[in-house]
Amino acid sequence: MYKEEICVVKSPCREDMVVHGYRFGKGEQSACILGSVRGNEMQQMYICSQLVRALKELEANGCINAGKSIMVIPVVNALGMNVSRRFFGVENMDINRMFPGKEDGSTTDRIAFQIFEKIKGYTYGIQLTSFYMTGEFVPHVRMMETGYQNTSLANLFGLPYVVVRKPTPIDTKTLNYNWQNEMTAAFSVYTNKNDTIDEKSARQAVAAVLRFLTRMGIIRYESHSGYISHVIMEEDLTDVHVKNGGIFKGLVSPGEDVRYGYLLAEIIDPYEGYVKETITAPTDGIVFFAHTEPLISQGGIAYRLIHRLHE
Amino acid sequence: MMEEVFSIELPVGERLLIPKNVIAGREPESKRLTLVTGIHGDEFEGQYICYEVARRLKQDLSLLKGTVEIYPALNPLGLDVAQRNIPKVNMDMNRMFPGRENGTPFERVAAAIVGDLAGADMCLDVHASDIFVKEIPQVRVSEEFAERLLPYARLLNTDMVWLNASATVHESTLAHSMNMLGVPTLVIEMGVGSRIDRSYGNQVIEGIFNLLRHMGMWEGHVGNVQEPAISTDGEVEFIRSKEVGVFLPAIAHNHYVKKGDKLGEIVSPLEGETLDEIIAQKGGLVFTLREYPLVREGSLLARILTGVE
Repeated sequence: MYKEEICVVKSPCREDMVVHGYRFGKGEQSACILGSVRGNEMQQMYICSQLVRALKELEANGCINAGKSIMVIPVVNALGMNVSRRFFGVENMDINRMFPGKEDGSTTDRIAFQIFEKIKGYTYGIQLTSFYMTGEFVPHVRMMETGYQNTSLANLFGLPYVVVRKPTPIDTKTLNYNWQNEMTAAFSVYTNKNDTIDEKSARQAVAAVLRFLTRMGIIRYESHSGYISHVIMEEDLTDVHVKNGGIFKGLVSPGEDVRYGYLLAEIIDPYEGYVKETITAPTDGIVFFAHTEPLISQGGIAYRLIHRLHE
Repeated sequence: MMEEVFSIELPVGERLLIPKNVIAGREPESKRLTLVTGIHGDEFEGQYICYEVARRLKQDLSLLKGTVEIYPALNPLGLDVAQRNIPKVNMDMNRMFPGRENGTPFERVAAAIVGDLAGADMCLDVHASDIFVKEIPQVRVSEEFAERLLPYARLLNTDMVWLNASATVHESTLAHSMNMLGVPTLVIEMGVGSRIDRSYGNQVIEGIFNLLRHMGMWEGHVGNVQEPAISTDGEVEFIRSKEVGVFLPAIAHNHYVKKGDKLGEIVSPLEGETLDEIIAQKGGLVFTLREYPLVREGSLLARILTGVE
């Protein structure tokens, strides 16, 4: 294992922020795994740290295949993590909306550029990331529909679902989109948590990445075969909205099988405690996403269901 | 007449309400100009412009033909806490358009705003830079829509009209969405975040009344209106910091410089050293100048409009 400096961000008031990468094996740039780009992606950092640990052991046992190299970057926005801010610096910029970056651009443009220059040549790119909606997901692999996406490859992670998202203009600045444009097969891996650590789903993500690397002939690792993934187009998910704002009392969790009319949640009046609204399932399906915060606004998305799918 | 554009119930005892003031003159259906601001919660220049335009119109309502609609707070939660992005979700509202009617609450807000502005004869979207740099009054027009918008932009009494190259990400802005819907929409930038410069405001307000007059909506007095410098990206020199430290400007904003002039310096408070002297590589008008003192590598220090004396 070699520890490398991927990018150094100088600060006017404190020490430099160094983005570290960990390289395993020697040879062609086979796979790059990126963890926390935002300051609240604790779970993503934790998963990457466990991947570094696992790959270090596999390398010591001679289980990285000859001619293959893997890069793991557990944390990009260390400053954001240490000051509890999702985005970078005083400008509050989302580094994952700055790719491919600019060499002579703004500070965050330059960070994105330097990182992208180091990671764009890999055959496979895996980003552990979070969504703009806060809540919990069923573990899944997400990819942009750029024309280069390959859901069959995404299936090899062995996670329950593969989701394909049609990119909006704002998505064109994400790492996933730009990796694909540079002909890296790019995958975003989502577990159920972001700003807290969930050991069970973290282990599932570590296993999924190691399974994928094994199936691509990059490492040798004995693992369970995982799931045969169900492929979903994001626009086919059924959103369940709430009609009232208030305290959100969720009654089902991601992965649960629900039937039409099943009670999903209650909205409680924050002053008088009565149930303002009951949320029921508009269709049979599996809970793909669940709002988990204690409060919700009118029109908020409480759940996203995989329509008419059963366990 | 006050109207509600859109509202949603917030979780605890309040509503998120987007208001507008509909000021109707004679033949109110004949023409409609919309004036919007407050997409970014740390920008307040538009608040003064909305106030003064509304005050002058109400004072001489008989001189108005058509309807002017004023939307002073598109991101009211952000304005309330002086936060650029939408609080809590921490998203830039001007990257959420045209929104989605069945999306998240704020995607619905964006869709409702677009729906309400649709059909207008003109939309003016007033911004105030950010807290980092100060701007002279200017209109920014995407090259994609330049042919249609430039004649209107020239009327707004700004110092400059900047024809920007389009970036894909800009397709998520309000201006792009409205222009795509056929509503001519001009983005006005001036001043600096969290402050109001009344002289800049008064300059642009005169331009707004000049535009109203050219649209046949205003029969009242309009003061002197200047012709703006028209610039393309190739004529704008970006000066970014090569060091980290504290930026001390050596010039005033909105001044002409010659090649070789010192624009400022980057200093180290810890070492008591000057780390870099910023020298103009081209002459021109300093139309952007940094206000926020701390800089990293890449921080914008100034922009110079070249090719003008």
